[in-house]
Amino acid sequence: MKTTKKSTITFSPQDVKKIATLAKIPVTSAEEKELAHGFNTTMEVVDKLFNVDVAHVEPTSQVTGLINVFREDEVDATRQFSQEQALANAKQIYNGFFVVPQIIDQP
Amino acid sequence: MKLNTLTLTQAIEKLKKKEFSLSELYSDIQLAIEKQNKELNIYLKVDEDAVKKAHKKENEMLAGVPIAVKDNFLTVGLPTTAASKVLEGFMPPYESTVTKKLQDAGGVVIGKTNMDAWAHGSSTETSDFGPTKNPRNTEYLPGGSSGGSAAAVAADMCIAAIGSETAGSIRQPVAWCGVVGLKPTYGRVSRAGVVAMGSSLDCPGPIGKTVEDCAMLLNVIAGKDPYDATTLPQPILDFTKNFKKGVKGMRVGMCYIDHPQLVGTPVDHAVKEAGNVFERLGASVELVKLSDQIKLNTILTPDYAISLYTIVQRAEVSSNLARYDGIRYGNDRSNFGEEAKRRVMLGTFALSKGYANKYYLRAQQVRSLYIQNFKQLFERYDLLISSPSPGYALPLGASTNDPMFGELQDFLVEPSSLAGLPGISVPCFRDPSTNLYLGLNIMANYWQEEKMLAAAYAFEQSTQWNSWIKK
Amino acid sequence: MNTYEPIIGLEIHVELATVSKMFCGCKNDPFFASHPNIYTCPVCLGMPGGLPVPNKKAVEWTILLGHALGCKISPESKFDRKNYFYPDLPKGYQITQYDQPLAIDGKLGNIQIRRVHLEEDTGKLIHATVEGKRVSLVDFNRSGVPLVEIVTEPDFRTVEEVDQFLKKLQQIIRYLGISNADLEKGSMRLEPSISVRLSESTKLPEYRVEIKNINSFKFVKEAIEAESMRQMHDPKERYQATRRYDEKTRTTVLMRAKEEAQDYRYFPEPDIPPMRFEKTYIEELRDRLPELPDAKYARFMKMYSLGDQDSGLLTETRKLADYFEECIKITKKIGLVDKISVKRIANWLINKRPDMETVLPAKFIEEIRNVVTVVELPSEEITGAIAIVLETKKQAVEDYKNGKEQALMFLLGQVIKKLKGKGDKQIIAEKLKEKIASYGR
Repeated sequence: MKTTKKSTITFSPQDVKKIATLAKIPVTSAEEKELAHGFNTTMEVVDKLFNVDVAHVEPTSQVTGLINVFREDEVDATRQFSQEQALANAKQIYNGFFVVPQIIDQP
Repeated sequence: MKLNTLTLTQAIEKLKKKEFSLSELYSDIQLAIEKQNKELNIYLKVDEDAVKKAHKKENEMLAGVPIAVKDNFLTVGLPTTAASKVLEGFMPPYESTVTKKLQDAGGVVIGKTNMDAWAHGSSTETSDFGPTKNPRNTEYLPGGSSGGSAAAVAADMCIAAIGSETAGSIRQPVAWCGVVGLKPTYGRVSRAGVVAMGSSLDCPGPIGKTVEDCAMLLNVIAGKDPYDATTLPQPILDFTKNFKKGVKGMRVGMCYIDHPQLVGTPVDHAVKEAGNVFERLGASVELVKLSDQIKLNTILTPDYAISLYTIVQRAEVSSNLARYDGIRYGNDRSNFGEEAKRRVMLGTFALSKGYANKYYLRAQQVRSLYIQNFKQLFERYDLLISSPSPGYALPLGASTNDPMFGELQDFLVEPSSLAGLPGISVPCFRDPSTNLYLGLNIMANYWQEEKMLAAAYAFEQSTQWNSWIKK
Repeated sequence: MNTYEPIIGLEIHVELATVSKMFCGCKNDPFFASHPNIYTCPVCLGMPGGLPVPNKKAVEWTILLGHALGCKISPESKFDRKNYFYPDLPKGYQITQYDQPLAIDGKLGNIQIRRVHLEEDTGKLIHATVEGKRVSLVDFNRSGVPLVEIVTEPDFRTVEEVDQFLKKLQQIIRYLGISNADLEKGSMRLEPSISVRLSESTKLPEYRVEIKNINSFKFVKEAIEAESMRQMHDPKERYQATRRYDEKTRTTVLMRAKEEAQDYRYFPEPDIPPMRFEKTYIEELRDRLPELPDAKYARFMKMYSLGDQDSGLLTETRKLADYFEECIKITKKIGLVDKISVKRIANWLINKRPDMETVLPAKFIEEIRNVVTVVELPSEEITGAIAIVLETKKQAVEDYKNGKEQALMFLLGQVIKKLKGKGDKQIIAEKLKEKIASYGR
C-alpha cells in the first residue's frame, strides 16, 4: 500500500490479494482490480476520522455499560443439539463427524 | 374492506370480537401475496402452513396474526438465508429469541422477507435473490437492509413485520416505504438467533402500519435474554400504556437539517414542518446547530460517523462472517456476493497488523465522542428529531457499483446508532407526483422508548401522512 | 570454546473440569463422550446467531489458580477475539484474553509466571481416509470447553527445572480441584519454547522456537533436549518458528516459520461485557484457597514431626493428606492417642495404601486398633466362637490332627475373624488348641 501526502492509503490489486487471503475470500484477478478501486474510494471517506481530535479519549467497544454478565455452571439440555441436529445442515458427514478435505498445516 | 389492510391493533381487536375468522384474514393475505410477490419480490419464502398454525393461537394475545420476518432471524421450519447464496437451503436447528417470543405470544411467521445480503446495505438491492421493489412506486427501491419487511407492511402483505437495524436498516426503509419502524435501545431486544452483522450495533425491532402497532410488538419482543449477554435487565415497561400522553412540555431539538447536504431540500422542509407540529402540540422546539467539533449545545456533524461506522461495522462483520466456511452448514465462501466480499475484506484490513491502531482504535475513540455529545444533548432535550434518510427513495439500480452506498445513505442515523440510542421513524410527507414518502426520525435517550412513542403517536394522529389512519 | 545454554519458557493449557462449557450450557465431557458431536449447541457449533455467555465458575477457578501461583489479579479484565481460520474453530475466531488477562506476574519456585488467562478450547480434528480420499474428521464435543493458559517467563535453564515445575503445577491444580490436569487425556497440554545463547550472555535471544504436540512429561524433556541440541549445533536454525515434536524420530519438525506468522487481528469481544472485580471479591476468592502442597508439607513436618519423605508422600494428593488428618482426628476422638501414634498412622497409610473410597478413615483406624490393642472378651464368647468354627471346619480339624500345622493357623484365623479381631490372641490360641484336643471325644 502507498501512502500519499494526503495520508490516504491506496490499494493495489496485490494488496487486495493479500487481504483476500487473510480474510479467506476467493477473488479473481478481475475482482482484485475492482475491489482495489472500491477500497480506495472507501478509504478517502474513512480518512475523515483524522480530522477529529481524539487526544485523551478512551475507545468505546461496548455501549451498554454492563459489566460482569455470567451464567451459572449448569448443563442446559434445552439448547443442546442431538447429533442429528448438529449434523443436519452439513454437506459431508461420516460416522457422526463433519468431513473436510485433509488439512496439512496446523495454525 | 380487504382484511389484509387492517393494522395489528385492528386485526387483533376484530378477531377477538369474531368479526371475521382467521381463515378469512389469511385468505386475503395470501391473495395479496399471490398478486404482488412475483413483481415486488418481498418474500423469499412463504409458510404454506401458516393458517394452520394460526388456528392454534386464536386465544393468545396476538390472536394468530401473520407477521413477516426479515430473513436474518433463525426460524425453525423455514429456511433462513440472510439473502445470501452462502446460506441457501439452511434450515435452522434452533429458533431466534425474537421469533420465539413472537410465536409464544400468538403471532405466526407468515414468511421470510428479502433484505440486503447479510444486512450489508440500504437498498435491498444487494440481495443475492434479486431486489425488492418499493410498493409505493415500483420503479424505486424500498431501502434497506430491512427493505422486504418494510415493503411487506406497505403492500399489506402482512399485518406487521420484524426487522433489524445496525444503523438505519429499519428506519430508512420504513421512511422510503411510508410505514412506521422502531429501532430500540441497543440491549433492549435479544440478538440471539439473529445472523450477526455488527455485534455492538445490531438491534431487532418492529415494523408496522401505525405507532401503536409498533408499541405492541415491542412489548412482545423486548426483555433480558440469558442467551444474549448484552441485553439489559431493565424492567419491561408496557409500551402501550403511556404512548397517548402527548408531547406537552417536552423539549425537542431539530438536528442535521443545517448540514450542507440537507439545506433547502425536501427533508429540510419536512423536518421543520414537523417541528411546527410539535410546537402546536405543546412542545418547545429549537434547532440544534451542527458543529464539526464537540461544543456545548451543538450536535457533532455526522460526517465523522460515516468513517467511524464504516470501520467498526466492517471490522465486526469481517469477524462475524468468518464462521461461514461451508463445513457445518451452508455453502463455501465463493458464494459471497460482491458487497459482502468488500465489507469482509475492508474490515479485515482495518483490524490487521499495523493498521488496527490507526483505524479501528481511532474509530472507537471517535465513537466515544459521539456518546459524549449525545449525553450532553439529552440533558438539554427530551427528544431529537431529524430524518432517517437524506431524501426520497432512490430508483432501482441506484446502489449498484457504489462501494459506499449503504454507509453514505445512513449518515443521518449512524451517530445515534453508534451510541446505542433508540429512534422511531414515522411518515411525515408524501410527494403526490411520485407517491414516495419522507420519514421523521424521532430519537430519545437510552431506555426512553416511551417518550419517543408518545411523540410519534402525537405526530401521527395530528397529521395525515399515515395511510392506514383515516381522518 | 563457546558454551551455550538453553533458554526455556513454558506455555501450559489446562482444561477446567466445570460441568458445562465456557460460553454455553453444553456438557463439558469431551474425553468420555460416547459419540462425536453430541455436546454441541448454537454457540459452540458456531451457528449463525449463537452468542457467548461466560461461565462464572470458570472465571472464579482461573482467579483461584492465579492466587495459588502468587499472581496479581487484574481488577479489570475482558475477553477478546483471536481471528483465524481452521476447521476445528467453528466461529472462525477463538474467544480468549489478549491484553487484560485475569492474572499476571506470579511465581512458582524460581520461575516467574507472566500471565494466567481464560479462553475456549477448539474442536478435535482426526485424519482419516474415507472412500479412498484423505480427509479430516471434525468433532466439536471439545469446542468451547474452558481452557486456562499459563505462560511463564523464559526462566528455565535445564530440563530438570522444567520437570519439577510441571509436576508441582499439576499437583497444585489437582489440589485446587479445578482440573484433572491429565496429560494422556489432554486436560493438560504443554508447549515449551526454546532458544539458545552464549552462557556468558545476559540478554535474552530475539527469537524462540515453540514446540507443539507434546503429551507427556517424558516427551517434554526429550523435545527440549532435542531442540536445544539442534539449535546449539547450527546457528542458522536460531530463528522464530513453530515446530512439532515427533516422538518416533525424537526430533522436532518445522511447521511454520516467522514470515508466515499469523495476524490474529485481536479486538475486544463485543458480545461479552467486560469484567470488573472489587478488591473485596478478589480477597474473598483468595480466602477460598485450600492449603497448598508446599504449605501442607511444611506444616506436616512441623506439626506431626514427620520426616521429609513421609511428609512428601502424605501430601502428594489433597485427598491422602485430608484422609491422614481425619484419621488423627478420629484417634483423638476415641481416646486412643497413646495407643495409636501419628507416626503409626503415617506408616500404616504409606505402607498399606488403603482404597480411600471404600475404607473410610474410621474403618482404617479400627483396623489399626484391633492390631495394637487387646479388647478383653468374656471366655464364653471365645469358646462359643471356637465351637462354631470347629463344627463348620471339620476338614481343617482333621488336617491338623493329621499333622498339618497350617490348619491350626487357618482355624485360628477363622476364630479371630468371627470375634471381629477382638480378644487376646494368645488366650484364643490356647483355648483353641484345648478345644481341638477335646473335640470329637
